[in-house]
Amino acid sequence: MTTTQTVLDRVTRVPGVRGALVIAATDGLVVAEQLMDGVDGQAAAALTGSLVGRLVRTAEGAAMRPPAFIHLRGDGGSVLAALGPDDLVLVAVVGPDANLGLARLEMLDAASRLA
Amino acid sequence: MKALEPWVVGPLETFLAESAARLTLLMTTSGQVVAQHGFSRSLDVMTAAALGAGIVASTEELARLMGAARFEALVHNGQRQSCMLAAFATPRGRWIGLVVFGPETSVGIVRLFFDQMVQQLAVVAPREQAQPPMLAENFETELNASLKALFGR
Repeated sequence: MTTTQTVLDRVTRVPGVRGALVIAATDGLVVAEQLMDGVDGQAAAALTGSLVGRLVRTAEGAAMRPPAFIHLRGDGGSVLAALGPDDLVLVAVVGPDANLGLARLEMLDAASRLA
Repeated sequence: MKALEPWVVGPLETFLAESAARLTLLMTTSGQVVAQHGFSRSLDVMTAAALGAGIVASTEELARLMGAARFEALVHNGQRQSCMLAAFATPRGRWIGLVVFGPETSVGIVRLFFDQMVQQLAVVAPREQAQPPMLAENFETELNASLKALFGR
């Protein structure tokens, strides 16, 4: 099993996680994914990549360090993103009842292993 | 943005707003321009349309030689701007989209909203018979008429 698949396995095992992807942030393209039916990986990668890029530029504009973790909360769940090395971002799409604390811990640790 | 077919305007405007593309050209596989955004000179449109149609024809032949289905899209990544070329089916025949975009957007965003535009075009296209292929003897007349409509000269 590759490192990327191991990372995705760890994240998708967290209760409430509907899918996880590794994306290339600058291009907004999927590198690897494990998604439940109904989760559009292409859209998640493109839009999350765009969001991450804008937030990083915003932080730089405010003379702050780039964010390590992003939590976008909606009515029906959340999108979580942990920034890894080499422009890679680990993204998780989670339901409203997901264990967000555990998902955050797993994602921060897993994202640091991406290379 | 200018379009020869009014029903193209809505989906194309949505695509331009969402994707932040700098230049967009929609054309038939024979290089006849259907709509354009961002081009200021008719000569540039003529050149881009001819080159785009030629590239798509070449890649489709390459795919055939490789025993593959058609390529979905061809993306050229540049340092200052990038270019995506994709052929797609419409109720009015097979068309080509040429999109030039910069670092303010991404290839993922452009592809996502391009695919959505293709779906919207399929929905709003008038249910008429596909246009017949362009005949060589009519090509220049049709081309000049299209450019006049797009650029007003």
